[in-house]
Amino acid sequence: MEISITINGQVVNADVEPRTLLVQFIRDNAGLTGTNIGCDTSSCGACSIHLDGEAAKSCTVLAVQADGGSVTTIEGMASADGTLHPMQQAFMDNHGLQCGYCTPGMVMAATSLLEENPSATEEEIRIGLEGNLCRCTGYHNIVQAVMSCTKS
Amino acid sequence: MIPAAFEYVRAGSAEEAISLIAEHGDEAKFLAGGHSLVPLMKLRLAQPSVLIDIGRVSDLSYVKDAGDHIAVGALTRHCDVENSPIVMEHAPLLAHATSHVGDPQVRHRGTIGGSLAHADPASDLPATTLALGATYVVQGPNGTREIPAGSFYEGYLTSVLAADEMLTEIRVPKMNGAGWSFQKFNRRAQDWAIVGVAAWRNGSDAGVALVNMASVPVLATSVGSAIASGASIEDAAEQAAAEADPQADLNASVEYRQHLACVLTRRALEEASA
Repeated sequence: MEISITINGQVVNADVEPRTLLVQFIRDNAGLTGTNIGCDTSSCGACSIHLDGEAAKSCTVLAVQADGGSVTTIEGMASADGTLHPMQQAFMDNHGLQCGYCTPGMVMAATSLLEENPSATEEEIRIGLEGNLCRCTGYHNIVQAVMSCTKS
Repeated sequence: MIPAAFEYVRAGSAEEAISLIAEHGDEAKFLAGGHSLVPLMKLRLAQPSVLIDIGRVSDLSYVKDAGDHIAVGALTRHCDVENSPIVMEHAPLLAHATSHVGDPQVRHRGTIGGSLAHADPASDLPATTLALGATYVVQGPNGTREIPAGSFYEGYLTSVLAADEMLTEIRVPKMNGAGWSFQKFNRRAQDWAIVGVAAWRNGSDAGVALVNMASVPVLATSVGSAIASGASIEDAAEQAAAEADPQADLNASVEYRQHLACVLTRRALEEASA
């Protein structure tokens, strides 16, 4: 099936099988491998992206469902001149990562969370990130990073 | 993990969806948000040969104040239910329980109708709508019919929905200021409940339904009767597992589930009575 998805502002057209997952489309058709596949069962959040402005788990969305939609991945977060998104910078400043595998999904989930609740409390951030697992258990600094981006 | 191959068609309206499913037979499944169905397909536990995508039927995404009840379109996403001022005002138990479904990413995609039609007894919303005395509206080739939540569930992942019928609306009676509580016991954030309890109370009237205590969501009618006859919360909660038929699994034995149901029902009634 011919589909067209705008990823980080670029239109990507491809003829895909209906069973193609959005995360496959992003990684294999668009060649953007910053979005990781973790558990592959919509539990861990490593594959989180923004679909039409809201965080979603791209391992549990069919590419055909996103046809005509707009996707932002971790590669689309920094400015064209390379300036990091404030959330990316906050993860760096707060050492909000250890192995880094969960980081793209954490950044995408966290930016979506603060979009909906810009002055989220620490508790709201911890609950709001419940769909993202850090296998290094480095949650403390992740939460600190997100808190540093809230409007307090 | 990739689902088995299937044919994919899109419906632009409920009528088109129903005619498409009639055309493709019972090997076809409706795809709403896909957050129950797609994981099953990836695990090859479900292998429909045709998916009818109803995710773009936008006129089934709404919340309306309908007088004595609120009407929620079946394709309303969880995030839109939990944040709806109408749901928060008139059915706060539903808004709160919905905010416990999955995680924010799941709630951006999953829909109330998809969750209910999936008929998983471990899901939060079948029991919550059962406790609230909701009615489900389903549409088929010969028009619509209304099914009380208490008559909808037949068994594990099975409902009375016919192969050519589609859930279109959920009608939830207004709670009219009743106290309420939603208790969910699980080992990790975002897990399904090992046992869950949705409860409301308005004086001597109470409704209690249980998550994951049988192959269907369970209305704990003995608890409601006990409260109505003036029993204490402690005594009423002892009846919580009377209608249940829980299964043992990796998380809990039958006895543990029965114990949890009583404890969580007591907590729920205490909170709903406060």
